[in-house]
Amino acid sequence: MTIPPHTFLLYHIGCRLSVVSHFVIHLIIIFLSFSHSLPSHSPMNVDLRHIHKTFGKVHANDDISLDIPAGTIQGILGENGAGKSTLMKVLSGFIYADAGEIRLDGRATTIHSPADAIRQGIGMLHQDPLDFPPMKILDNFLLGRAGGLFPDRKTARRDFLALAAQFDFSLDPEAYVDRLTVGERQQLEILRLLWLGARALILDEPTTGISLPQKEKLFATLKKLAAQGMTILFVSHKLEDVEALCGRVSVLRQGKLVEMMTPPFDAGRLVESMFGKQVTLAARTPARPGLVTLRAQNLSLEDSRLQIHQANLDVRAGEVIGLAGMEGSGQTLFLRACAGLLHPVAGKTLVGGRDLTGQAHHAFKKQGVAYLPASRMEEGLIPGLTLTDHFVLAEKMRGVFINREAALGLARQRISAFNIKGTPASTVESLSGGNQQRALLALLQTPLNLILLEHPTRGLDIESTLYIWAKLKERCAQGSAILFISADLDEILQYSDRVLVFFAGRVSPPLDAAQTSVTQLGQLIGGKGWETLAGEAAHA
Amino acid sequence: MRNSRWTNLIFQLIAVILALGFTTLVMLIAKAPPLDAFKNIIIGSIGSWTKISDVLISWTPLLLATTGLLITFTAGLWNIGIEGQMMIGAVFSTWVLRLLQESTLPPALILGLAILGGMLGGALWALLTGVLKTFGGVNEIFGGLGLNFVATSINLWLIFGPWKRPGVASMSGTIPFPETLWLPTLPGSRLSLWALGLALISIVLVYFLLRGTYFGLRLKAVGKNAKAAYLLGVPTWQYSLAAFALCGIFAGLAGAMQVLVVYHRLIPSISSGYGYLGLMVAMLVNYQALWAAPVAFFFAALNIGSIQLPVVLKLDSTLSGVLQGTLVLFVLLMQGARQKLGIRN
Repeated sequence: MTIPPHTFLLYHIGCRLSVVSHFVIHLIIIFLSFSHSLPSHSPMNVDLRHIHKTFGKVHANDDISLDIPAGTIQGILGENGAGKSTLMKVLSGFIYADAGEIRLDGRATTIHSPADAIRQGIGMLHQDPLDFPPMKILDNFLLGRAGGLFPDRKTARRDFLALAAQFDFSLDPEAYVDRLTVGERQQLEILRLLWLGARALILDEPTTGISLPQKEKLFATLKKLAAQGMTILFVSHKLEDVEALCGRVSVLRQGKLVEMMTPPFDAGRLVESMFGKQVTLAARTPARPGLVTLRAQNLSLEDSRLQIHQANLDVRAGEVIGLAGMEGSGQTLFLRACAGLLHPVAGKTLVGGRDLTGQAHHAFKKQGVAYLPASRMEEGLIPGLTLTDHFVLAEKMRGVFINREAALGLARQRISAFNIKGTPASTVESLSGGNQQRALLALLQTPLNLILLEHPTRGLDIESTLYIWAKLKERCAQGSAILFISADLDEILQYSDRVLVFFAGRVSPPLDAAQTSVTQLGQLIGGKGWETLAGEAAHA
Repeated sequence: MRNSRWTNLIFQLIAVILALGFTTLVMLIAKAPPLDAFKNIIIGSIGSWTKISDVLISWTPLLLATTGLLITFTAGLWNIGIEGQMMIGAVFSTWVLRLLQESTLPPALILGLAILGGMLGGALWALLTGVLKTFGGVNEIFGGLGLNFVATSINLWLIFGPWKRPGVASMSGTIPFPETLWLPTLPGSRLSLWALGLALISIVLVYFLLRGTYFGLRLKAVGKNAKAAYLLGVPTWQYSLAAFALCGIFAGLAGAMQVLVVYHRLIPSISSGYGYLGLMVAMLVNYQALWAAPVAFFFAALNIGSIQLPVVLKLDSTLSGVLQGTLVLFVLLMQGARQKLGIRN
């Protein structure tokens, strides 16, 4: 009755399958890259005809036809779930359309896979960067075009540095990708696609992760590329980006192409066709701050790339503090330290007067501190579990067995209270980005002293953004303080009472948001005008 | 929903047919009559009450191992160290019996303590893997594999050293315990309702643990995304350790049953590979407790049914292993194929 050794071997093969397949994929990518030599930059006309795509009952793309001449920067506007991403995934070979035709340079084409799309000259920059975190930046860069088993790292390194310099991206080719912020990972993807020499470039919400100066550089480059004949599809929900960049704009709403416009753009009409109605911003309401909920005292922080020396901040109940800065300037370090997710090298963190320095995140949580990460599916939510499961997890345990009725009731109530498009049994990965963010927010417990948010509205449309901030402001009215990171300067100035600016580990003193302009903030983020800041709180 | 359940069933059926086909091919290459072989396996496993009770005897440790593994798999852990955990469970169980067999305690109490001892031994050995992972950064697959070898060595050392039979040490194990220290079996059979009952209670307990409790849900959360689970307030490493300990308890129980019901002594191959087989069963049922019992029964039947192959057909009994192994591979393959088709549709 003993088990022969070969069964163990089989098992072994089984358990290592994922690791093996990882490498096999790499090998395949490398071999595939044999087949295409240096990319040509000849202009390409992209013509989508009568594209249909349904997911279950949702008609995500409903008879969409879009002909984009070479050298055009084509804007694709629409709110979450309008079908923008679906259309782009069809074009980039991630999914097949149910019906319709893709014509490249007038020839009907079938795009079998993303790799195939790249071969045909279509490169896509995804909203969530697709890369290999445990690998070096240069290795990621090399993937997809290595030229055989032994990649020419030297040339690649030179090209990489040249491209990075062009965009003023400070990426160290030898650093590991898992050290990068989401924004920097997007930068890497942009560089990689440009290097691959795509003739048509799809950018899915590319400006959300990068700072204002970086955005300007990106736009300048995109315009230059378009002038050289590059076809660019720019997917966004930000009117101002589209206005600044695009030569043409198409608006999607509920799977249909509802509007096509050329400059000068009528912003009001665009908003109306996006939402089917007018949307107005909420008015500013000054906070009446209460007691100190969080005190950061001479806080010194460091990770492998950055150091913050002796930062000081008092956060009062009911106020909103925005943390501004380029990606990787230290704001994430600071926020994580406030959550107890990063232990300070020196200094103290006090929550509600209690010294929690060096304690684990759960000790902070117990004192009413909540942390909402930027990467929703990687750190915030649990793929495979339903919304109900999440709500149960976030609540306090009552006994041993889960009361299914009560859990379902709770889920229903939260889903309607937060206007989440989904059912209690929906898995979180089936929700759209905006709904995932709403779900994260719905998981927050009551009462809370401090809510820490990384990019709370990244990738969300105006309506979701307004909704989320309305919910957050409710929390402030109940006495919670909010600290949030955003790359969107308008958002920072719109919703914050005070602003901290981070630049290469330097932390500004708290600025009064009402008396700070976008220009001023933009300069500080870029490292200008710091001399004039009186009593700088910390410096490198 | 209904549709996906049907396609699921169809894919599983295809996997079974492919596995049977592959095994037939192997037999044809070995110039053996496939139909006779399958017939013999069926007759040899459920052909008589004796055979069925043999299957149940084999089913018990397999089901216990699978039960434990369902917990670690739910927590996202590959507890390949389950073999060692069964072995150490058996060692602890034997140890308790050796310590107490001369005492005046009632045999029932000694047996009870031996069972608890086995569970404790398994849990401790599993925790060692967990601690190595949590505090030492040793992946549980490598830690478990290493500890399996250590457990085998401890077992052999005890059998050939301190616990050897008077006179000469032997591969046949330690000296058998007196019959008073055997777990009661059905008259005229080696089947113990106690062991069977414990195994059934275990799988039912774990089914409800994973399905309806906070513990089960949190364990699932840790298994699917530990980072997010931590931010949601789940003490993640504690739950990982708890999963190891619980799995170790069931593995140790299986080891104890091998000593108390089947062998009545410690033998070198006391775990009999049930741990590895349990891994296959767990994979085959896609980590769902509901199907663990019937599939484990099927595997046990294959094991028992193939015993008479050498006698009748001059075939090696490892044929059942070929069928079990290919079955798991084909089922996994079909899952992959299905996912691939799912993306395209």
